[in-house]
Amino acid sequence: MNGSVEPVLEVQGLKKHFPVTRGMALQRTVGWVRAVNDVSFSIPPGETLSLVGESGAGKTTVAKSVLLLEEPSEGKLLFHGKDVMAFGRSELKDYRSNVQAVFQDPWGSMNPRMRVKTIVAEPLVVNTRLSKNEIRQKVLDLLRQVGLRPDQAELYPHEFSGGQRQRIAVARALALNPQLVVLDEPVSALDVSIRAQIMNLLKDIQTTYGLSYLMIAHNLATVRYMSHAVAIMYLGEIVEYADGDELFERPLHPYTKALLSAALATDPDARNDEIVLSGEMPSPINPPKGCHFHPRCPFAMDVCREVAPAVTYVGSKHKVSCHLYSEGSTHQ
Amino acid sequence: MQPGQPLLQVEDLRTYFYTRRGVVKAVDGVSFSLAPGETLGIVGESGSGKTITSLSLLRLVPQPAGKIVGGRILFEGVDLLQLSEAEMREYRGSKISMILQDPMASLNPVYSIGEQVAEPLRQHQRLSGRKLWDQVTEALRLLRIPSPRERLRNYPHQMSGGMRQRVVGGIAISCRPKLIIADEPTTALDATIQAQYLAHLKDLQRETNVAMIFVSHDMGVIARVCDRVAVMYAGTIVETAAVRELFKNPKHPYTIGLLNSMPRLDRKTERLASIEGQPPALLNLPPGCRFAPRCYAAIDRCHAEDPPRVDVSGDHFATCWRVDAHREEDAAIPSVVS
Amino acid sequence: MDVAVGLPELVAEEVRESRPARRWDVFLQPNFLLPALVLVVLVTCALFAGQVAPYDPLQTSLTARLQPPAFAGGTSAHLLGTDKLGRDVLSRIIWGARVSLSVSLLVILITATIGTTLGIVGGYLGGFMDALLMRITDVSLAFPGILIALLLAVTMGPSFTTVVLAVSLLGWAPYARLIRGEVLKLRNADFVLQARIIGCSPLRIMATHIFPNVVNPLLILSTISVGLVILVESALSYLGAGIPPPTATWGSMVSDGRGLIDTAWWISFFPGMAIGMVVLAGNYLGDWLRDRLDPRLRQI
Repeated sequence: MNGSVEPVLEVQGLKKHFPVTRGMALQRTVGWVRAVNDVSFSIPPGETLSLVGESGAGKTTVAKSVLLLEEPSEGKLLFHGKDVMAFGRSELKDYRSNVQAVFQDPWGSMNPRMRVKTIVAEPLVVNTRLSKNEIRQKVLDLLRQVGLRPDQAELYPHEFSGGQRQRIAVARALALNPQLVVLDEPVSALDVSIRAQIMNLLKDIQTTYGLSYLMIAHNLATVRYMSHAVAIMYLGEIVEYADGDELFERPLHPYTKALLSAALATDPDARNDEIVLSGEMPSPINPPKGCHFHPRCPFAMDVCREVAPAVTYVGSKHKVSCHLYSEGSTHQ
Repeated sequence: MQPGQPLLQVEDLRTYFYTRRGVVKAVDGVSFSLAPGETLGIVGESGSGKTITSLSLLRLVPQPAGKIVGGRILFEGVDLLQLSEAEMREYRGSKISMILQDPMASLNPVYSIGEQVAEPLRQHQRLSGRKLWDQVTEALRLLRIPSPRERLRNYPHQMSGGMRQRVVGGIAISCRPKLIIADEPTTALDATIQAQYLAHLKDLQRETNVAMIFVSHDMGVIARVCDRVAVMYAGTIVETAAVRELFKNPKHPYTIGLLNSMPRLDRKTERLASIEGQPPALLNLPPGCRFAPRCYAAIDRCHAEDPPRVDVSGDHFATCWRVDAHREEDAAIPSVVS
Repeated sequence: MDVAVGLPELVAEEVRESRPARRWDVFLQPNFLLPALVLVVLVTCALFAGQVAPYDPLQTSLTARLQPPAFAGGTSAHLLGTDKLGRDVLSRIIWGARVSLSVSLLVILITATIGTTLGIVGGYLGGFMDALLMRITDVSLAFPGILIALLLAVTMGPSFTTVVLAVSLLGWAPYARLIRGEVLKLRNADFVLQARIIGCSPLRIMATHIFPNVVNPLLILSTISVGLVILVESALSYLGAGIPPPTATWGSMVSDGRGLIDTAWWISFFPGMAIGMVVLAGNYLGDWLRDRLDPRLRQI
């Protein structure tokens, strides 16, 4: 992979802590929900990074922070190397145009009272000074690119199927020619036979426009098909990070291995090292001491209970946070 | 019931919905059978009719719009569709139970879990006192809920999603039914919890020999859990086979398309083949095979006449004109790329 | 590019075609027809009182005092009888409709506008603004409305304006509460998040995304309010704080007949009936509207 190309987006040490308050009038902070705790990654142009994890892992919070829907408690967001937090109004506007999103729920992501043409046109209306005619042309062009017909622009969202709505959502996301699109579970709410259509559409658009994607997904097969790099999150932290196939061929972290074994292959004869974890993901308010994963980890050692593991590089692009792989460890 | 007789035999089941816009033939001629202790998977997407099929088995189709208009449901030789409502109630919860998708909606938030597991026991077996609570504890133990006796007084909101779904399983198994219908029971659960839950269901089956009908859209879950599979599309079953046979040797173009459109976990997929179009709206269906508009192998006959159910080999059936025509020649329809 | 267009027309066409057929059907339900009929009569009376009413509502006649209704012993000259000043009850009811309707329309307009605006602003912006607005709403709801109205009437003198003001004062808070509740739900909807991602200002979001989606509950509340407003206005008239005599209002007519209930029951009865029917009609219409405007349909 070309490590010398400047990434479109770089996240450094991102933390998002939500206060837990008590009291009605004078609210005291009694604790913190550490939704995101020191997350770092970068996305090169034209590539897809997937954030994988179960609910409570913090991936949605990361996505929202990238979209500036949440303000980070700590950490940096670098857009082409420049600090987003230090942006002035016009630079922020520029950032916003360049970072768009497609959400999971094709039913809730569109205003049910607006026609499709208005929905897709809105980003242009709000952000550009194009004439009505120019906007109209652009909208029809976008709809065509996602496989919809011009006469469908007059319809309302509820007149389309789920898969078609996701296409509309993609069209809207492309309106401002963004460089990065955040995909939050883009196909999980769709029928299986439609998923492939939408995944192919997303890939084709990525190739055509050189788009980067930050994708949140839980289905590992989807992740493998779409991604160039994968980060596995657990309780607010990235526990393993690797390039596309590497993660699936050589998973290192016990949680990654458990996720892979839980990901049911569509093959009745598939034999995987069945790692069935016990217990559930703990609450992010009171994470376990040391390595957050140790209570459920089949390989937990004494050190895991006490000390949080540091990031270890295995190979040039494969990172893992686990005592099993830290320097000096005899396990391999 | 005689030995060798299937536990459940569904023949030509038809459930229609009468709406202002017309008749929706949600289930239109569905037939399958289930042996004692067996797990049958019903796979389908939205509009396939899989959920309505499972509701029809218990005669819980939403009324007044929905009606079971034809067919027979033979459970241990008795046609459930001929029973009175009172007689049917005897079956529900005691001989046949159901697990639904959302555990939070299936459990009543104001009753303890012990109470809820006890309810079918009270209703059907008239148990009370010590005997009742022993059975309740046993039901929870069967679902591997740790320290069941201490948890009897817990409320649903005090438990996690996976735990709640196990309580729902406990309610289903409490009267030791012969059949449990599970409708997407793991869809709302996280991946690792799902794996746990399915493992527990398998344990449960081993211990009690209960038969299961597993309704899902997730082929991976079906592959893991089921002995046989029925694939549904737009209200009809398009293919039925033993699970291994279905995945290795699918015959119906829909099944083939479905399997081809799923990305693989074990290796990189270059390009996914997708099925064109979308599942049809069930109003005003065109004549002929319901899958024909999207089928890459469709011929003229497919658009005109309903295809017959073809015996591919022993226990493997497919409802398709192309399969009928080329029963001997496997080369006719392109199969799974493996 | 492997973009499968498939058969979207099957879905869309189907829905479009069947919609016209369904629309007519919906309006023919008794649940809609009966209350609609009542309200149509009300509006006709209000607009064409001069043509419809047989007599001048203010015209007194000492000879025709306290005449019972035509079917209870009176003459066909006065179908519903006359009051103690000889004024025709039927005509006064017809003219009274004008008062009732104009008061309710004005009040609903004012209260809906204020309440909805506050509800949207408070609900969407949240924080201090929301807390402040909610406290004001709570105060408004907690106050005994009739007393405030009476107070106003005493200080400002009873008149059309006073009544409208007084009833409006009571009426905006339920709108604010209801709309705010809806907005709280909408605020976290994906399409609102999308609007923020696109870069829409809060003002634009409130106007183009939030407001159109609260129109349904707004309409329902307004329909039900018609009856309620008329009821309150009548109560005020009954207590003497409403529009002053000799204008015919239903409330004051009921009040006038108070002392004569046992002898000249018709003076209070018929205006009372009119009030009751309009309130019922408003409620039924509101219920019908609520059923029709099911979230799944999403359109009027």
